[in-house]
Amino acid sequence: MKYTDQHEWVEVEGDLATVGITPYAAEQLGDIVYVELPEPGKSVKQKDEVAVVESVKAASEVYAPLSGEVVEINASLGEAPETVNAEPAGAGWFLKIKIADASELENLMSEEAYQQFVEGLD
Amino acid sequence: MTENSNLKRTALFDLSASLGGKMVPFAGYEMPVQFKLGVLSEHLHTRDKAGMFDVSHMGQAVVRPHGSLAFEDVARALETVVPSDLVSLKPGEMRYTVLLNTQGGILDDLMVTRGTAEQSNEAFLVVNAAVKDQDFEILSNTVKSLPLDLEILHEQALIALQGPDAETVLAPLLPCARALTFMTSDVAEFGGRTLHVSRSGYTGEDGFEVSMPSDIAEEFARLSLASDAVEPIGLGARDSLRLEAGLCLYGHDISQETSPVEANLKWTIPKRRREAGDFPGAERILGELDTGSQRIRVGLRPIEKAPVREGAVLFDREGREVGVVTSGGFGPSVGAPVAMGYVTPPVSNVGTELFADVRGKKRPLTVSKLPFVPHKYRRK
Repeated sequence: MKYTDQHEWVEVEGDLATVGITPYAAEQLGDIVYVELPEPGKSVKQKDEVAVVESVKAASEVYAPLSGEVVEINASLGEAPETVNAEPAGAGWFLKIKIADASELENLMSEEAYQQFVEGLD
Repeated sequence: MTENSNLKRTALFDLSASLGGKMVPFAGYEMPVQFKLGVLSEHLHTRDKAGMFDVSHMGQAVVRPHGSLAFEDVARALETVVPSDLVSLKPGEMRYTVLLNTQGGILDDLMVTRGTAEQSNEAFLVVNAAVKDQDFEILSNTVKSLPLDLEILHEQALIALQGPDAETVLAPLLPCARALTFMTSDVAEFGGRTLHVSRSGYTGEDGFEVSMPSDIAEEFARLSLASDAVEPIGLGARDSLRLEAGLCLYGHDISQETSPVEANLKWTIPKRRREAGDFPGAERILGELDTGSQRIRVGLRPIEKAPVREGAVLFDREGREVGVVTSGGFGPSVGAPVAMGYVTPPVSNVGTELFADVRGKKRPLTVSKLPFVPHKYRRK
């Protein structure tokens, strides 16, 4: 898995990137009550706002970790947004992007770098 | 945790931090926004059992008369800056009212309580933290031409116990609590000290607020928390609880620009005060009472699952701008998003369909009755 400094995670399989928010982000947001996902087919650039996640407290943006086309969204979050709290790095995934430029992966953090980043925030 | 030496701490800061409170800046204080349960569970726990809230950041003061002056003199002085009836308060009774500016705008909302026994000539005031300096300056100026004193109770903590189990939890500590009804108060002894306990709060639940010297606040809080029914509750759930209860948050749902008529708080202005018109901004307020205001505060229920939050602009079916959301979020007890806002009178009727602009999308919502969750106050 790769990570952004905005607390998104990316799992790459071929030219598909599955995207979600990290357990740290889910914990910081608290109880998630709504997730707004884009329409499949939408083209995004790296760091564009691609989704919104809302806790009881506030709404927060989720940014595209990579450029490409959104090819699939996790529609089950519509009825069960709490899945993001329960399994942020698994069943609580947000969307899949067909990667346009694999070289952008170099801009992302490794697991170790992200852990260090998070420790620096507390 | 962000260090900020300018932020004040209440007497319960150490206890809140030790209980896992996530401390954030709020109105000049470091206050817990949530504890380990999290906002959603804290909210539901308060409605189900009981929650304990540190509200010591709020401003407390007492107005005392000198010599032969009576409570009526205190009440009449305070009535010059609020539109409510304070003169008729009986010992121990409390009233919600608003501090007005000369344009009839709301400078703050506050609780006024008449003391009991030897303090029955005195009025106790609880005001919002963010504007307490402003309030106390206005109130000091109001009383200074008379032989009245306004003393700010800097060293007084305030703890709220809210929820259906609040009485059972509080009665062993303060036996007089059981006899109180909604919006009444009494003095009680605790650890050899005098406390003021009132049956009141801002969650829509039955409950109490207890004012006490700061040095015994932690002991009192620990004894309350010793009950299995009680959890510490942060500002996050305090906000969602008061929103579901349809209660205004100062600086959001009411402000210097809002009149009590617009805010749907005209019930705070009784007939005697309307007839006399003897409060600041009476011209505007009486005019609005007569012919209606340009806008009015209403409840709003988003039809979809997306929360509609403060600042969202409201439109009617024809796409005309008709208002704005002033508070909004997810209502844990409602199980859906809830909001409040101001709209023009033609679209203020319950059931009217409106649209809110949420991140560029028009989301449908319905004008709805307030409160969203029935009040459970213990009335007579």
